[in-house]
Amino acid sequence: MNFEEQLKNKKFEAVVIGGSAGSFTIISQLLAELPQPFALPIFMCLHRLKDKREGFKEALEIKSNIKITEPDDKTIIEHNVAYLAPANYHMLIENKKIISLATTELVQFSRPSIDVLFESAADVYGDKLLAILLSGANRDGADGMRMIKYKKGFTIIQDLSTCSMITMPEAAYKSTQIDLQLKPNEISDFLKTLNFFTFNEVF
Amino acid sequence: MFNRPDEEIIHIELEEITKLTDAIFTKYGYDFGNYAVSSFKRRILMVLKKYGLKSVDKLIQKILFDATFFEQFVLDITVNTTEMFRDPTFYKALKQQVIPFLATKPEFNIWHAACSTGEEVISLAILLDQEGILNKAKIYATDINSVVLQKAASAAFPLRNLDFYHENYAKTEFPGQLSDYYTIENGFMQFDKRLIQNVKFKHHDLARDVHFYKFDLILCRNVMIYFNQELQNRVFELLHNSLFMNGILCLGAKESLIWCKIADKFETVNSHEKIFRKIKS
Repeated sequence: MNFEEQLKNKKFEAVVIGGSAGSFTIISQLLAELPQPFALPIFMCLHRLKDKREGFKEALEIKSNIKITEPDDKTIIEHNVAYLAPANYHMLIENKKIISLATTELVQFSRPSIDVLFESAADVYGDKLLAILLSGANRDGADGMRMIKYKKGFTIIQDLSTCSMITMPEAAYKSTQIDLQLKPNEISDFLKTLNFFTFNEVF
Repeated sequence: MFNRPDEEIIHIELEEITKLTDAIFTKYGYDFGNYAVSSFKRRILMVLKKYGLKSVDKLIQKILFDATFFEQFVLDITVNTTEMFRDPTFYKALKQQVIPFLATKPEFNIWHAACSTGEEVISLAILLDQEGILNKAKIYATDINSVVLQKAASAAFPLRNLDFYHENYAKTEFPGQLSDYYTIENGFMQFDKRLIQNVKFKHHDLARDVHFYKFDLILCRNVMIYFNQELQNRVFELLHNSLFMNGILCLGAKESLIWCKIADKFETVNSHEKIFRKIKS
């Protein structure tokens, strides 16, 4: 697919990705196919076991084309890095420079919660945010996508026919305007085009 | 396809937050001006929803004219999520790397800074008891919030967390069972009051109050994540001043000293569990 039309005149500053049941292989594939260097920071919130602090990042890192980090509180944001919400913490975008963490209540039965990440990112990046919501078994992320759209960000959900669990992208679809519904390999293509456009804008 | 209307979305601007924190500071002296904006905003939204308030202005009015409501607001706004034996590996590290240091002393002082409802106070007391040094400890547990302090002083926790606390405890690989330390009373896990007989529960606001004592061990875990960097720096200085030389500071698993001004006055005892030792005054 060719995404030049959609991406013309858009200047993205960050990407957020949310996923739950059935999204691990897709995230892993997306990270493996990312162009290097990637022009933007990527913030990822994937539902995970609260007491497993080790192993998740390492598993994603094996194939990833860019550095993955589970940030400490107040970590400085850089492009070409994928930030993974750590176990048992919510991850929030404090401003365009730093990440904040929180141990506040579960949201949609989740900590980290996709809604928490997405809503804070919407606040900070507004129309310069790209959000991608993948397969999942609960409705976390739907409110976040809605806030992102309200702030004029760009919303993508995984094509429902390719999701092993459709509850999550479907809840977002029912909550707000979704700009694109893409298959996993199309999401990769989209990120490549976005990277090309962003770099040619920057340099 | 059904889209919910946008009117339902309540949205808060940064200026409104500033207006709110200024009003609170002027009227009540509480300083929320240096809280981390991202999570503070979420708390405010939650409060608006809880009381059916349509705007921050409405909230400010209610706060200014109703001191009782303000007390409740402080309770709502401060984060009181805590668990017994949160991060079991941290407690293992305490046992291996910090307890031996405390055990050499005839007596020692511990500060749980922002202890909330006290789950961590009891957790550490259990460890000290097992090591036979609980009676040598003088413990302060402080919080900004008097209501949670009262709860902490009762040493009773809701039963809904029972299984979860047992799992955490099992992962510490400490001896026996968690149930050796509590009985079930009136729907609560009532912990042995002996565990808190050396604990003083005291009101203290890290954002505003000064240091009040010297300590050998300070636990301030997942508290400063709610502060911005300016306030973090101030609080780190307060904690540093409150420690004896060689005293130990414990932070949350994803908190860091790296970018704060006093970083070079500490050495790392355990980087994974965020345990530090004061090495310079």
